[in-house]
Amino acid sequence: MRRFFLLLWLLSLPVWAVIETYEFSSPALQLRYHALSQELRCPKCQNQNIADSNAPIARDLRVVLYEQLEAGQTDEQILAFMVARYGEFVRYRPAVDRNTALLWWSPVLLLVVGMLALVRHLRQREVSEPPQLTAEEQARVRALLERRNA
Amino acid sequence: MPVKRFLPLGVFALLALLLFRGLSIDPTALPAARLGQPFPEFSLPVLQTEGTVGATALDPRPALVNVWATWCYSCRVEHPYLLELARRGVPIFGLNYKDDNDKAREWLAQLGNPYRLNVVDAAGTLGLDLGVYGAPETYVLDERGDIVHRHVGVLDQAVFERDFMRWFPRQGSQGASD
Amino acid sequence: MIPELGHVSLIIAFVLALGLGAVPLWGSFRANVAAMNLAPTLAVGVSVFVAIAFAMLTISFLSDDFSVAVVAANSNSLLPPIFKFSAVWGNHEGSLLLWVLILSGWMTAVACLSSALPLTMISRVLSVMGLIAVGFLAFSLLTSNPFERLLPNTPLDGNDLNPLLQDPGLIIHPPLLYMGYVGLSVPFAFAIAALLSGRLDASWARWSRPWTNVAWGFLSLGIMLGSWWAYYELGWGGWWFWDPVENASFMPWLMGTALVHSLAVTEKRGVFRSWTVLLAIFAFSLSLLGTFLVRSGVLTSVHAFAADPERGLFILIFLAIVVGGSLLLYALRAPSVASRVNYGLVSREALLMVNNLVFAVATIVVLLGTLFPLVMDAFSLGKYSVGPPYFNAVFVPLMALVMPFMTVGPISRWREDSTRRWMHELLVPAAVISVLAVLFSWFGSGAFNLWVALAILLAGWVVLGVARDVWRRLTQGAQGAPRWRRLSASFIGMTLAHVGFAAVVLGAVVVSQHTEERDLRMAVDEVAELGEYRFALKRLSQAPGPNYVADQAVFEVSHSGRVIATLIPEKRRYLASGQVMTEAAIEASLWRDLYVALGEPIGADAWAVRLQYKPMVRWLWLGGLLIGFGALITALDRRYRAQLSRSAAVTAAVDEQVLGLAR
Repeated sequence: MRRFFLLLWLLSLPVWAVIETYEFSSPALQLRYHALSQELRCPKCQNQNIADSNAPIARDLRVVLYEQLEAGQTDEQILAFMVARYGEFVRYRPAVDRNTALLWWSPVLLLVVGMLALVRHLRQREVSEPPQLTAEEQARVRALLERRNA
Repeated sequence: MPVKRFLPLGVFALLALLLFRGLSIDPTALPAARLGQPFPEFSLPVLQTEGTVGATALDPRPALVNVWATWCYSCRVEHPYLLELARRGVPIFGLNYKDDNDKAREWLAQLGNPYRLNVVDAAGTLGLDLGVYGAPETYVLDERGDIVHRHVGVLDQAVFERDFMRWFPRQGSQGASD
Repeated sequence: MIPELGHVSLIIAFVLALGLGAVPLWGSFRANVAAMNLAPTLAVGVSVFVAIAFAMLTISFLSDDFSVAVVAANSNSLLPPIFKFSAVWGNHEGSLLLWVLILSGWMTAVACLSSALPLTMISRVLSVMGLIAVGFLAFSLLTSNPFERLLPNTPLDGNDLNPLLQDPGLIIHPPLLYMGYVGLSVPFAFAIAALLSGRLDASWARWSRPWTNVAWGFLSLGIMLGSWWAYYELGWGGWWFWDPVENASFMPWLMGTALVHSLAVTEKRGVFRSWTVLLAIFAFSLSLLGTFLVRSGVLTSVHAFAADPERGLFILIFLAIVVGGSLLLYALRAPSVASRVNYGLVSREALLMVNNLVFAVATIVVLLGTLFPLVMDAFSLGKYSVGPPYFNAVFVPLMALVMPFMTVGPISRWREDSTRRWMHELLVPAAVISVLAVLFSWFGSGAFNLWVALAILLAGWVVLGVARDVWRRLTQGAQGAPRWRRLSASFIGMTLAHVGFAAVVLGAVVVSQHTEERDLRMAVDEVAELGEYRFALKRLSQAPGPNYVADQAVFEVSHSGRVIATLIPEKRRYLASGQVMTEAAIEASLWRDLYVALGEPIGADAWAVRLQYKPMVRWLWLGGLLIGFGALITALDRRYRAQLSRSAAVTAAVDEQVLGLAR
């Protein structure tokens, strides 16, 4: 039974392009709208931003975004507004704070630590010459290679 | 160094533990962002009478605030249980979310009215302030008027017993009445 | 009857796989030749019965047998036949069966094309693959049986395939992707076999290389196809969303890229042994992890199959056994495997080590980003989301880091080289490409864009280096040999793949920076302008399809006064499910795409319309094709084909002797 409802719900997922025909008072606002609508997550959907989702809540949030932009709010203020109501979940770019330190710092840390380890490892190289073959062994190698290439 | 060789295995073991823990977590469950905060202020009309009300109208507490609408199928499914809870003496306030007044009144007349009061949020502004993302949702207000819990989805006996007993200890069982 | 035949075949395949996993492996430790010789036969046996099971499921779909549960859930009598066929793998149970089918295909290929390998090796390789098959067959039979029946309440018709999946893309995307995912089990099996024997010298690398390259090539093609499909099917003009399921396919690819390069070094120089073994284990482990993430419901995704934690547990246990077991084996055998460092800080080996490192870091970064929400949730630190803004911010610099090395690498010398020589070789090309980068970036769009200039710089740098390398080989190769012979398949493949990578990077940056988009309301006879193009909405109409009804808007697109295309985007309503879907109309060319999609109707005679201008977006997928085909071509190299010939056994014996001499 649960699977039936799951299926029903899956079939109801929004599957069409969402196009809002807002009139912006300046092109800069439109650019900010595009950027922010892709940074905000639809609270209800299966991993979609509010720009791409046609769920009712996504539509409402787009309207709110439009209104707030026209009202002159900054990006930080708008994000804070959304987070206060829906939690950090609604941001696709996690805030840089104590909790997310691991996330934001690990790429750089991994790379630096890896490079240091690599350089240290390479510095330890043994100055070893490749093993020399005796004249007899060299003749054997030549014979074998000729046989192989034939 | 022998320890270094076991590092990949160790890291994988941690990953496996994390994934195992993940199997019992619901990734879609979103706790209310306003948890622990007072119910947002508002000034909205009510369904049955004239005039507007604010958050002070949500009294007595502790109480439930149920977000519902006539276009919401699951709301119809949970409605009988809400009537039962009301019978047991649980104060329930309704938030009629982005709905039509006439349809809402008709629904309540037909199916029964478990709500002490029904706030009409036609534009969805209170819902936005609460962090509502889909009906039905049920919020729990404690004595001070703070939001202490939110349940998204149909409210039934199993959910009530599991999550709501903290604030309504006497109304949890069948046959209880106040 | 037919579903039952399929079910029985699957059970027989399971039993045979059990035999394959146990007997030859045991025989390899006991030097029991008869037991080891069973491996190829058992592998073929498993393949035959899995193929029969797959055929039975296909017949059930094609004949509209709605008494089979998956057919009722995913098909419909109105569904066009070709989609009834692809619906076989458009669901969890069927796609698992496809997984096993492809695994058995790889097993058979390995069994048939490995006559030159020592018996101990090949029997262990096939046994390991057999054990993997056991796991998946058990998963299928115990939790996801595709042949479950709906009797006696057989529905009269099915629920229909999700309209998003009713597309040619679905027909090839999963099979290609699975060829890659599953194919990575081959180097994995080779690595395990090598660890078991304690010999990780150059020979295991040479044997696994063609298999790895082909698997990785298919994975590249599969991912590229998925990106292209999302672009034209979903109606938003996007081509990569860093969705958990996409990441699940991308991580094996990243690790596979490191593996492909690392194997080359191990084959040619006998070093990087630990790295290569670990990479082989990790690449396939990430494939399995991907299977887990997609089917367990642990992460939310638009692409995920219906989530079921019970199935998730099964896969997790399987994952723990396979990956945990192989990493344990590695930990126990590692000391006998590590190679001496006999190359300098400035050498081709060192450069490829950097490559390994960057791709490993990239994989970890993607994994961390994908799992971060889960980590935070598990520790009750809150609900977080990690999406494209994060991934783009951290991933792009990593790839940018690797690109300069792609030109220095091919001209660098093994063992010992000097940076002065590099500068001497590459200073002039570097200067030339810098100037060109600035010029082209300004010329292409009328304004200087730093990111585009950087992309042209890095991509042009790679192409220039590649061209130089080709020229060198053609003019200075073995004297007397015909020109074309001097370029081995291996070299040609590598060249194509590197050029393809450069194309992908360039396409990605240009399209991200210079896409133009307009959302507006348009009624009949209205004209909109986007850049240098004019879009005129000529008329609205309706058209029926096989299983849908479509609203159409006919656009005429003109440039400099001349009509260059007619675009007809549609809004389709599928009859069986009632779902509404958008079909974007695209005017494609090498240098730009024009993209029109319909939103919602506004009133009776107007629509919300999205117009997009996407420059160089095709370069993404053409680059991907080059990467994929380049990888496939390398497997045609003479030295691998030589392995297959009659005197292969002699070759193998000679190799053993020569290697023994040189040690």
